[in-house]
Amino acid sequence: MSVHMLIAGFGGQGVLFAGKIVAYTGMIEEKQVSWLPSYGPEMRGGTANCSVCIDDKPIGCPIVLNPKTLIVMNRPSYDKFINEVQPGGTVVLDSTLIEADSTRDDITVCAIPATQMANDNGLHGLANIIMLGQTLKATGFCSMDVLKEAMKRCIPARKQHLLEPNLRALQMGYDY
Amino acid sequence: MAEKYLMKGNEAIAEAAIRNGCIHFFGYPITPQTEVSAYMSKVLPKIGGTFLQAESEIAAINMVLGAASCGVRAMTSSSSPGISLKSEGVSYIAGSDLPCVILNVMRGGPGLGGIQPSQADYWQATKALGHGDFQLLVFAPATVQEIVNLIGTAFDLAEKYRMPALILADGMLGQMMEPVEFPEITPKPAEKPYATTGTQGKRKPNIINSLYLQPDELERTVRERFARYDIIKQNEVRCEEYLTDDAEIILVAYGATARVVRSAVEDARACGIKAGLIRPITLWPFPEEAIRNAAARVDHMITVEMSMGQMVDDVRLYANGQCDVHFFGHTGGIVPTPAEVLDQIKKYAGGAE
Repeated sequence: MSVHMLIAGFGGQGVLFAGKIVAYTGMIEEKQVSWLPSYGPEMRGGTANCSVCIDDKPIGCPIVLNPKTLIVMNRPSYDKFINEVQPGGTVVLDSTLIEADSTRDDITVCAIPATQMANDNGLHGLANIIMLGQTLKATGFCSMDVLKEAMKRCIPARKQHLLEPNLRALQMGYDY
Repeated sequence: MAEKYLMKGNEAIAEAAIRNGCIHFFGYPITPQTEVSAYMSKVLPKIGGTFLQAESEIAAINMVLGAASCGVRAMTSSSSPGISLKSEGVSYIAGSDLPCVILNVMRGGPGLGGIQPSQADYWQATKALGHGDFQLLVFAPATVQEIVNLIGTAFDLAEKYRMPALILADGMLGQMMEPVEFPEITPKPAEKPYATTGTQGKRKPNIINSLYLQPDELERTVRERFARYDIIKQNEVRCEEYLTDDAEIILVAYGATARVVRSAVEDARACGIKAGLIRPITLWPFPEEAIRNAAARVDHMITVEMSMGQMVDDVRLYANGQCDVHFFGHTGGIVPTPAEVLDQIKKYAGGAE
């Protein structure tokens, strides 16, 4: 299936990293892939987002303006993008940080208290991965095995000790 | 099949340059191309190359002049305001008939402008990156893979014709990651009998110079250079045509914008409008013939750029009144959307007056 995903939040929440993992799933499945970050001052504490496209045919415009899937981890990004989601699309939001108040009834909204779950389970800083697990469950954009493999490839050799907590966070998001 | 890597455009160009035998890099950081320098700084010292962060862009381009004088493959990179600073050195390199590769990852202007993607340096790149009568080879990749593929070509042709080559990218291409593979290559740098590598007492000293105080001598060197430019125009034009065979309306776009336009062309086809795209890959030499031929077949062409309209001048020049040439664009940071481009296509398609 094709992926047309926007991942948005604060700088430091790992939205670009989460996007990189999604991009790697497309690499593993030998599809066409693009990953485009916002860059500039927003990386340093403001809002950050990245567009990920995966398709069988070459990616035209790599900017995701109307996402099929929106992963959103802060209020400003929620306000900015909620009305841009394609009808029939899916929104996965971190309900620890966002009180969802959209009246849209043409999209699927999955609320998960990812930041709270991360803090409660000693997975500090891995709310992004919990979100990714929930997104996999909600959309099935790839298989769990492919996502785990992508995660392995994204974590550099010298940080492999972080793989276990990442995999735990992924499963926790999926099981919620 | 070669292994695929997921890489940023900026990192891919650095890796591709190294694989093409360029191990001497001189730069100065500026968003959105700093990853080029960062990558070079990590790799080059380990393989016996030179990475030098100069004190300014002006110094960096003059170090390239020096390295190219010694006959090695050398490169510098920057973004729009930094490229303006380099322009004096670029003119000297062209005037000295030296090869090198320069990367411009364009951002918004004028002045410091912005740091988001732009294509407002087309005029600078193709008409006047520095004073005097000269041209650069200008390549405009549209994907990260194409950046990788073109960098070797840029070095080869720069050496073949003894002139600087410019890779004109933009912030989007520099920052985005796409899967790339690096084809197996053995770089074959040209012989450089002009290089100042020491005479060993066996020949007269080589002199690298761009100063000719005798007007007739100066004109002779400029005319010789322009004779080469004519050969380049004959042999080195590159462009891609997409769905133009039966097209009734043709769009022209380069670089990252061409990707957006390609999406819009597909959307137009889905609406029953026969749209096509001409994507210049070399901006100089410009694909004059492709434009001329297309203009003879259609009533309308639309040029789309991230600028107020620069390449559209060349499209109009070579369409030469055969059809209407329209322009659509945004300036730095606002990438045209496929929907906006589709609206433009609908506006002019079907002979609407």
